[in-house]
Amino acid sequence: MGKLIIKEKEVVVPGDDLAEGMDYLPGNGTYRDGEKIVASKLGLASVDGRAVKIIALSGQYSPKRGDTVIGKVIDVTINGWRFEINCAYSSMLSMKDATSQFIQRGADLTQYYNIGEWVTATITNVTSQKLIDLTMKGPGLRKLVGGRIIKVSPSKVPRIIGKMGSMVTMIKTQTNCRITVGQNGLIWLQGEPKDEILAAETIKKIESESHISGLTEKIEAFLKQKTK
Amino acid sequence: MNSQKDYMMKFLNSGTRFDGRKLEEYRKVSVEYGVSKNAEGSARVKIGKTEVLAGIKLSVGKPFPDTPNDGVLMVGAELIPMSNPEFESGPPGIQAIELARVIDRGIRESKAIDIRKLCIEKGEKVWLMSVDIVPVNDDGNLFDAAGLATVAALKDTLFPKYDGVEINYKEKTKEGLPMSKEPISITVIKIGDKLLIDPTTDEEKMIEARLTIASIKDKTICALQKGGEDPLTLEEIDQMVELGLKKAEELHKLL
Amino acid sequence: MSYKKRFDKRELDQTRPMEAKAGVIDRADGSAYFKIGNTEAYVAVYGPRNLHPRFLQDPEKGVLRVNYNMMPFSGSGERVRPGLSRRSREISMVTKNALLLTLDLKEFPNSVVDVFVELPQTDAGTRCAGICAASMALADAGIPMKEMVSAVSVGRVDDKIVVDLGYAEEAYEDGPVADVPIAVLSRSQKFSLLQMDGEISKDDLKKGLEMGRKACKEIHELQRKALKDKYSTGDKK
Repeated sequence: MGKLIIKEKEVVVPGDDLAEGMDYLPGNGTYRDGEKIVASKLGLASVDGRAVKIIALSGQYSPKRGDTVIGKVIDVTINGWRFEINCAYSSMLSMKDATSQFIQRGADLTQYYNIGEWVTATITNVTSQKLIDLTMKGPGLRKLVGGRIIKVSPSKVPRIIGKMGSMVTMIKTQTNCRITVGQNGLIWLQGEPKDEILAAETIKKIESESHISGLTEKIEAFLKQKTK
Repeated sequence: MNSQKDYMMKFLNSGTRFDGRKLEEYRKVSVEYGVSKNAEGSARVKIGKTEVLAGIKLSVGKPFPDTPNDGVLMVGAELIPMSNPEFESGPPGIQAIELARVIDRGIRESKAIDIRKLCIEKGEKVWLMSVDIVPVNDDGNLFDAAGLATVAALKDTLFPKYDGVEINYKEKTKEGLPMSKEPISITVIKIGDKLLIDPTTDEEKMIEARLTIASIKDKTICALQKGGEDPLTLEEIDQMVELGLKKAEELHKLL
Repeated sequence: MSYKKRFDKRELDQTRPMEAKAGVIDRADGSAYFKIGNTEAYVAVYGPRNLHPRFLQDPEKGVLRVNYNMMPFSGSGERVRPGLSRRSREISMVTKNALLLTLDLKEFPNSVVDVFVELPQTDAGTRCAGICAASMALADAGIPMKEMVSAVSVGRVDDKIVVDLGYAEEAYEDGPVADVPIAVLSRSQKFSLLQMDGEISKDDLKKGLEMGRKACKEIHELQRKALKDKYSTGDKK
């Protein structure tokens, strides 16, 4: 019989034993060493059926197909744009994926997206060599005009979004800010200065207290008190 | 990129900054002495999340021929890549050199240390003071943090035992540096038509001009350094200096 | 002659007092602090990030770079001149080798993971303190790794085999001394750093390595605790 060595949601360190026996299977952030399943990342241990995995608590954004990210134009090429998306690799948006409008060959591409501008886009492909393709065709994908970008740990993004978007919706309603969260840990905010400062402060609070139980209630109380 | 500055201006025009501070509001400052035991003097300064170490090493050497009676002050800064992802390894770049020279001038020109008293044997032997400034984490305003850390480290300094031939670095005497003044640097920056102090790295990227003002307690200005590309009007300089002197007074209380 | 009592009254197999912290440098992707006696190391990890120039890139995996540096005021004698020295370059290299094979950098082709080791205060054992902090900082940065690395020096002072030589012991003059910095991998218990200078017999070396391995277990527990503390301080407020 297999034996679980850790408790659910326990913080583990690389090299820690998680489970023993062949009944358990190594999931994300783990590996098998003989009879044992071992953590290969720092994070929260979690058991899902027979699989033991690690929910990372830190680390850079790892690009995945289907993720919606926020990126900044860093170069304009002959047939598209190069974006920086807060990871080790830049990504490409080609003309055909940029807009539903027809773009004439040889057109000045900077009139669509210029260097330094921010967009929200979806990743359509990531190769083994980490060449990344983006598309701007999809609901909510657009240029982010005005506003500012703040950075959070990409591993905290799910907590900031909340279940079915509940957390971010609450911040939006309470602060009257427009907020777009990228899976890559970049968040775009726009609102009146005092509201936006509160939204930024709230997001930072969620980031630093993301492991606390009852976080939603706590954040709700925090926002209520601040917006009184 | 200009749109980002426009957006920041919207905040500054309403009297606030991205982190919620007022334009003339400093972050929390702390000073800690004696943080490196092998140095003759050392200090750590934190301004918000910015953290800077300064350390003093003393040695005995020959004075410069044109100042045979004077001890020697040397200030160096290393913007190590540990403290900011944009800093690169290698010999000091112009940023580090400027930082060290501005701090150097503040100490030297305020005559904070009576370098005459550092003479051991005229023309032959004097004390050499090396100040080294190292940021641990750069979240903006390294100038002010480095200036404060330097003064604190100088205050913390005790001479090692010296028998006329060799220094015994293992043993410190009770004697400190002949220090009579404490120059404090305050950097005032200009973004658009707004003046602010204690910038974060985000704000430093938007700087049009900056002015570092080193002053001592009686409000005598002992060093200035203008940075950034935009020229300043006389009125602006006047306002910046006034702001710098006012804030220096507050920081003096922390030493 | 005999080395009867250690200068600082420690047991032969006892390290100097230690302290470990994770997450000490806000700008970095991962960071840690490790103190043993009067030796202090800060480590910042940046990356995986873009690597330039291009010829340094490896299309199959990420590259690890280590930079070891003593702050100019950190040494016990005269000022340490800033910049690369032959010593700092060698230590950077052995530090990198001590860590590299614990890491799994396959997911990061063409990129670099930068490790900066900075020492504000030194006594003896700086490279070992650097390795201890570096392994923690890499874990803190979320870099995948099979196991942790802990390091300490062992050696001989006259007729005694000791763990974690202090500066005074390295400089002991009344008998032969050997200083053996080692790094031990937390699971496999293999050695990923082994250097020595001085004089030691084969049997004494083996005895020293075994004592060192025991000390590394203790260090490993401290590293783990510091990392766990950073991420599980919740529910207190």
